[in-house]
Order: sequence, then structure tokens, then C-alpha cells
Amino acid sequence: MATKDLLSPLPGTFYRKPSPDAPVYKSEGDTVKKGEIIGLIEVMKSFHEVHADADGTITAFHADNEDAVMAGQPLATLAI
Amino acid sequence: MAIKVHSPGLSTTVQDLGRPGYYHIGIPLSGAMDREALRSANLLVGNDENAAGLEVVFMGPELEFTAPATVAVTGGEIPPKLNGEPRDTWTSFVVKAGDVLSFDFLKAGARAYIAVSGGIDVPVVLGSRSTYTLGALGGHQGRKLAAGDELPVGSASKSGAAGRKLPVLLRRMPGSPATLRMLPGLYWHRITEEAGKHFLADTWKVAPEADRIGYRFRGGQKLAFVDRKPPFGAGSDPSNIVDACYPYGSIQVPGGTEPIVLHRDAVSGGGYFMVGTVISADMDLIGQLQPHMPAKFVAVDMTAALKARKDQDALAASVRAALA
Repeated sequence: MATKDLLSPLPGTFYRKPSPDAPVYKSEGDTVKKGEIIGLIEVMKSFHEVHADADGTITAFHADNEDAVMAGQPLATLAI
Repeated sequence: MAIKVHSPGLSTTVQDLGRPGYYHIGIPLSGAMDREALRSANLLVGNDENAAGLEVVFMGPELEFTAPATVAVTGGEIPPKLNGEPRDTWTSFVVKAGDVLSFDFLKAGARAYIAVSGGIDVPVVLGSRSTYTLGALGGHQGRKLAAGDELPVGSASKSGAAGRKLPVLLRRMPGSPATLRMLPGLYWHRITEEAGKHFLADTWKVAPEADRIGYRFRGGQKLAFVDRKPPFGAGSDPSNIVDACYPYGSIQVPGGTEPIVLHRDAVSGGGYFMVGTVISADMDLIGQLQPHMPAKFVAVDMTAALKARKDQDALAASVRAALA
């Protein structure tokens, strides 16, 4: 099966859930549709949604909630 | 000639070298966060060095040109692509009508500058084309770019040739950790001697909130204050002062926890104490710091600060000479 890394578009802080006490957007093993939100990047006082860029199944997350991330860094791997 | 904005990037704004002269009435300097990079981009395409270009932060826009022009991208490494083909940064290249400029992921630094021959021809407001978004002043309608915008481009007085390149030695970028020279002063006396030592010894990290208004840092130890009875007009927190002017580059530390270096779009006054100012020669470097990057403050005296300013002026002169 082909895989695809989902890359962070921005440097900043990665969040896997919409608010501290909410469940994560997606867990490993979940299926996603293209355009679905898998997390948020916080930078310059605003939050930017990270969308899946293909349909697939998330096989791994490479960044934890509140991790510092760089632009272009893989956030998750999708099996497509 | 115009530039059509297909997608705007994160926060792309029209900036020139700034709008000095109004800070005392609350209108900040604005202009490029990395002025030397904008100056270089302009000179590469044959513009006056104060022409307006685009400041791109962290994520590039997608732009279409309606007429031929010469373009250069300088500053942080956000690799440009013309019709999908990679183009070098710090190097002028020619675009034709209908060509599309897009960008790859940010590789280094934080802000790239796009200069187009003729300059971005938005109206001059208080002597500058720079955008001050908080005040909805200048630039393109006083705001960051949005998809569907069309930016007017001036007619180029002299056309810059393609393939002009700025030598690597004349491109100034911060190291890691970034070293920010600062002149202790202003309200430095409000913190203890021990706290002053920690402030300079600690490695700070750029907070994700850092923007054109102020660059916030965290990760160092909380500053301890000298005891006092708050003067009339000052707040009760030990980091409060009677409202005062905030210089460009001043380092305020609200609550003693997270230093904020006021930058191009800063407010001009308020009630937080400041430990000093980052020297003018190092302000460009701050504009190239990504979130979470390490930085250290290094104390210098006025003689060293003025020498650094002369060195920065000499760098600008070398850039002018190299691109004359």
C-alpha cells in the first residue's frame, strides 16, 4: 500500500485537539477524507487548520500534542 | 502591470523601508522586519532601495504577473518556483505575462522579500507604502493580502537584468542560537543583580506568538524585582511602571516572565518596564527568527552599539556597490 506523509505547512506549535479538554481530532488507525482536519498549528497568535491532502488511513503520528514543529516536517503518515 | 494574488500565504504584506517620524503620535515605523533583505531584493531588480515589495512570513503566496518584469526573492529561505520550476533566492529572474510565482516550504529564516521591477505601486501614506495592519494604514487597503487581490506595479525606470546575484557574504542571517546584542538601561535597575545575570546567561526561545508588533521569548528564568512601593500611576505588579514611551527595539518583560522585543509595528508607549533595547544593527536578525528558535541576549555598551550600526551601514554600502 502506498503511503504519504502529511507535512506541516508552517513552523509553530502542533495541536492534535481543538481545545485542551477535547478529544484528539484523529488517532492512529482512523480513516480520513481529503480536506479533513487532523490538527492545528499555532503561530503569530492564530491557529491554522492542518488538513489531510488525500483520502487514507493514518498509520502514524510523528508529532505529539503541543510539540514544536518546523515547516515541511512530517506530522503524520497516511496509507492511501 | 499588476500582480494577481491567487493565494495570499499566511500574512503577506506590502512593505518598504518604513514610515519613520510618527512614532511619537503612536504610528509605528512599520516597514520590512528585515530591511537589509528588502533593500537587497530591490537593488537586484533595479529598483530604488526604498521601493515597496512584499514581505512573506513562514508560508509563500501564489502570484500571477500580468506583464513582463524582473523579480528577486531574498531573506529567509522560502524557495521560489516559477510555473513550478525552482528559482534561486537572492538572484534576479525574469517573469512573463501569465507566469505564476509560488513557493516551497520554508527552509531557513522566517521572512522572505519579493521585489518586482517598478515596485508595488500602492498609495503613499504618511511618506511610506508600508502596511500597518493594526491601524489599517498603508499597504494594500491597510491589510495583509487576500486571494483575489490585484496589486498595481509601477513602471520600472531602469530594467534590472536577470541572473544578478548577491554574494553569500553580503547576506546576513542569524546564527543558532541567535545572538541579540542589547544595551541594558531604561528600567534595568528594577531587577535584581542576580536576575540581570540570568537574563543574559539564559537561552531563550522564540514564542509562537512573536509577530511584527513584538517578538516574544520564553524559556528563561523569571526575573526577580527589587522591592518598591509602586509610584503613583503605576500598576501594582512589580513589572509595571508609570506609563512611558516604548523605544523601537525595547525589551519589556511583563510579569518578569517573557521578554518581548518591540518591532516594526509596535505600540509606542505603555506601563511595562523595559530592561533595555536591542541595538538597531540586530533588529533585522529578529525578523528572521522562527518560533522555538534559541536566542541569547548579549549586553553591549553604547560604543559597541554605535560600532555595530556603522558595520551595518558598511554592509548596506557593500550591497549597493555589489549591485550597482
